[in-house]
Amino acid sequence: MYFKLAWKNIWRNKKRTVIVSASVFFAVILACVMRSAQLGSYSYMIDSAAKMQTGYLQIQGEKFWENRSLDESIQLTSGFQDSLQKINHITSLTPRLEAFALLSKDSITKVSPVIGIDPQKEHNMTELDKKLVSGQYLQSGDQGIIIASGLAKRLKAVLGDSIVLYGSGFHGQIAAAELKITGIVELPLPQMNDAMAFIDLPNAQYIYAAPGRITSLSIMIDNIRNLETVNDAVHGMLTNKLTVMTWDEMMPDLVQSIEMDNASGLIMIGILYMVIAFGVFGTIMMMTAEREKEFGILNSIGMKKQRMIFVSLIESVMISLIGVVFGVLGSIPITAYLKANPIVLSGDSAAAWESLGIEPIMTFSVNPDIYFWQSIIVFVIALFCALYPLLFIGHLKPIQAMRR
Amino acid sequence: MALIELKDISKTYNTTAVPVNALKDINITFEKQEFTAIVGPSGSGKTTMLNILGGLDKPTNGTVIIDNNDITKMKPGNLVDFRLNKIGFVFQAYNLIPVLTALENVEFIMLLQKVSKKERREQAENLLQDVGLGDRMDNRPSQLSGGQQQRVAVARALASKPAFVLADEPTANLDSKSAESLLDMMEEMNKKHNMTFIFSTHDARVIKRARRVVTLEDGMVKEDKINK
Ligand SMILES: Nc1ncnc2c1ncn2[C@@H]1O[C@H](COP(=O)(O)OP(=O)(O)O)[C@@H](O)[C@H]1O
Ligand SMILES: [Mg+2]
Repeated sequence: MYFKLAWKNIWRNKKRTVIVSASVFFAVILACVMRSAQLGSYSYMIDSAAKMQTGYLQIQGEKFWENRSLDESIQLTSGFQDSLQKINHITSLTPRLEAFALLSKDSITKVSPVIGIDPQKEHNMTELDKKLVSGQYLQSGDQGIIIASGLAKRLKAVLGDSIVLYGSGFHGQIAAAELKITGIVELPLPQMNDAMAFIDLPNAQYIYAAPGRITSLSIMIDNIRNLETVNDAVHGMLTNKLTVMTWDEMMPDLVQSIEMDNASGLIMIGILYMVIAFGVFGTIMMMTAEREKEFGILNSIGMKKQRMIFVSLIESVMISLIGVVFGVLGSIPITAYLKANPIVLSGDSAAAWESLGIEPIMTFSVNPDIYFWQSIIVFVIALFCALYPLLFIGHLKPIQAMRR
Repeated sequence: MALIELKDISKTYNTTAVPVNALKDINITFEKQEFTAIVGPSGSGKTTMLNILGGLDKPTNGTVIIDNNDITKMKPGNLVDFRLNKIGFVFQAYNLIPVLTALENVEFIMLLQKVSKKERREQAENLLQDVGLGDRMDNRPSQLSGGQQQRVAVARALASKPAFVLADEPTANLDSKSAESLLDMMEEMNKKHNMTFIFSTHDARVIKRARRVVTLEDGMVKEDKINK
């Protein structure tokens, strides 16, 4: 009956309750959609970046990340790779042998990272084959080279041309080869598109005089949530001179831009809820103050103050909860729809995304945490607002209250 | 042993610029089953006396003994429970919870007493029948006349099975016909339930319905007589 009473009490002034519930409702929807867009795009950005560049984790030689030298290359036995593959949540392992070399066509020479790849595994991770704009993708055993379209332009080279690779191999040996361009790829990130070149891994190992060696093994996992678990498991298997880096260590710029964006989003939501909190507080305040006489009578006839405060607390929670329940129920289909139908961005924001090498698509998240947190925040607001009746009723003097 | 005993009660309000001596050294007792009017002009101290009698206010001096309990020495929390279980209250107006029906208003006090749902319902229905509102149980206060609302208030006061009922000018907001019939009903309850009623009034027609009339003047008992 106390719940029934509280429920009836909040509808004493229908208009007011509808307005405050509606404001909570819209705030929750807005906050949910905003968070959904933010969290969705972060995981999309991270996933895209990991896929395109570093993987979620990377096994490297201990000093490779600073030196970028073939001398830090490593040898991983197939037994080791097999047991890595058996770790839960790991979806793919992609070996690469990466070294800078000079690429020349006629009189033009450019410095370029020439990367030895396993064509099939590269396909699994980066889908490099899909970026092909002309020619053919590498096959295992191919002797040709695939270069990015920007690099091709800089070299004034076209499909079928031969280019000369010159560089230093493992332990200072000379690396030199003449390679035929068998494919041209278009990479989304301009700095990559202007520079990258790919050859078959065994070919690279031969040219760089590094048989059986790689510079990195990129690891993709099923979900970023499992990163810690996988990282721990991989760590446990590492031998001397090997190290594992995570995506955030390898892409600090990405981490920073996500953190900044996230902070600004949270500040906005904070302001939004601050406004809402004042609205709810004002309503609770009026609801309490205008019933002073009634509280006085109830206390006189024997209703304890704690009990009156309890009823007021229920009222405060109910008022807030109506908005939250409908807000969450409303946001779930909205965010689910947006997740299923991501928004394709255009203009400035699209350019910003493209500069990060990510397709400009706004993806949404339906992580239950989003809805959970909005509910918690509103619940906390409700508790905060219930402080007013707590103090008001606490200080109530029934005789004075009834004289008013 | 008297039901209620006021001993050397005085009350001074210090909230105003000049302290007001609202009650001056009152000594009076009330017995079970009384039907007593506290009368006197406005400002004579009726409300102050009823508030002290009902444990809503503390006297500046003196003791109030109800059913062998000195309520002036009770802790506030215990006093609320004491009021709930020992005293029925009827005020001048705005007695009822506006969002609850007549029936729920009467049930409410028993809810506070943790009476079972079934018993609450039964008791409330019976009492509303008794006060002549058997057909208005599901009406909200706003759908009832002032007289009917006061009947509900009396029914609620009785529902807690108190030792006595205090009513501060229960007829003040009623027309004379409703006032008469409220008094009829209270008298009937007084007899039927052996319930003690102490009510204040300055309405001559109400006064003559009382069996005992205590007249206050200037914070003192001027007269205490039995009506014929
Ligand atoms: N809370 C209060 N503060 C100051 N003076 C009060 C207060 N309540 C009552 N009084 C004064 O005490 C006297 C008695 O008042 P009251 O008991 O209300 O009389 P009655 O109910 O007979 O009209 C009056 O002079 C009134 O002004
Ligand atoms: Mg009075």
